[in-house]
Amino acid sequence: MTEPLLVFDLLLAGVVVAVAALTLLVRDAFAMIVAFVVFGIFVAIAFVRLAAPDVALAEAAIGTGVTGALMLRALAHLRGGSLSGKDPAPLSGPTRATTLGIDGTLAVCVTVALGIAFFGAPQAGPGIEAEVAAALPQSGVAHPVTAVLLNFRSYDTLMEIVVLLAAVIVVWQVDRGLSGASDPLTGEVYQGFARVILPVAVTVGGYLLWIGAAAPGGAFQAGAVLAAVAVLVLLSRLYTPAAAHRHLIRATFVAGTVVFAAVALGVAGAGRTAFEYPPGHAKSLILLIESALTISIAVTLGALFHGREPASPLRKETR
Amino acid sequence: MTEMTPAMIHGLAGIAVFGIGLMGALAATDRLRRLVALKLCAVGAGFVLVAAAWRTPPAAPDPVPHALVITGIVVMISAAAVALAIIRRLHSLEAETDE
Repeated sequence: MTEPLLVFDLLLAGVVVAVAALTLLVRDAFAMIVAFVVFGIFVAIAFVRLAAPDVALAEAAIGTGVTGALMLRALAHLRGGSLSGKDPAPLSGPTRATTLGIDGTLAVCVTVALGIAFFGAPQAGPGIEAEVAAALPQSGVAHPVTAVLLNFRSYDTLMEIVVLLAAVIVVWQVDRGLSGASDPLTGEVYQGFARVILPVAVTVGGYLLWIGAAAPGGAFQAGAVLAAVAVLVLLSRLYTPAAAHRHLIRATFVAGTVVFAAVALGVAGAGRTAFEYPPGHAKSLILLIESALTISIAVTLGALFHGREPASPLRKETR
Repeated sequence: MTEMTPAMIHGLAGIAVFGIGLMGALAATDRLRRLVALKLCAVGAGFVLVAAAWRTPPAAPDPVPHALVITGIVVMISAAAVALAIIRRLHSLEAETDE
């Protein structure tokens, strides 16, 4: 306990748990989302303390920033177009005490099991970081997390981008049936602010993409920063999605998956399997994939925020 | 008790957040709150993974769990976006029924 940083860790962990509890205890749904965003920021700081800056960036940008924006937008829709106002009535009356008791017992059992698993495992024991470090020179990049994401376990990352693609398809399909009364966007952001912040944000996104090869950063963090640009452009009405742009937007959604899959399959043959990049070209191939992923992620997250496909005014939407 | 490390402190916090989220998801009475509770659960699980990847400095942490958690964060926002779209749709369907 002599180390001041350990005291900081204890305080930080206490705040994280307290804000998590506050998030679910606060009654107002708007306050709940704000508390959730605050929680995410504290979690990101804790990830930095755990020497995981990549995860901290992803949590702050995607898990907190974009997720918070999505939730606020959904709340505005539930409250009929504005963020203030009454919530719709709860689905059911107060839960019965016996149900709550059983729920609580089960939740405690599962949580204790997780605790036993965590503390039963060897603390700070060797994982597979030695294998990663040994294979790092062949991966084409110098940053271990990027090497794992885009080379050693790139199959996972391809599937992840497919999940994101599936999500935007489902959201467009579900939103198609929304009653026409709901305006997709209700925000009004000062355009001067957007003009000042946009070049900076685009530069930061490009830098994060490039630096991901050697230091914390990469396609997901860069994509999230550019998604923030997309949200800002939509809210300040610098760009209004038009039906004519639908094909371009759809092409951008699939660009990441297509480029990733094409490169993965294209390197196969001549004794190599799919996803096995030739060492000499690994860095350029990874950067190519990451650039396509960044643009796809940014546009997909922006579209998830906007919801609802831009509809053609000429053709009547069929229910 | 062995020596305290940041991994133990934050691992414990992650387990607590997971438990809070799980209880919240079971006890929530509205859909948005249940979604937020499930998000807390996911963040708590990621917290435990990142804490388990921590190594005593100057050793570098294990990058594999870090990559897994980043993948998890992106999958979670996809799931959250779909859930929010379904919540919006259910809400407008219920509003139509009420009229």
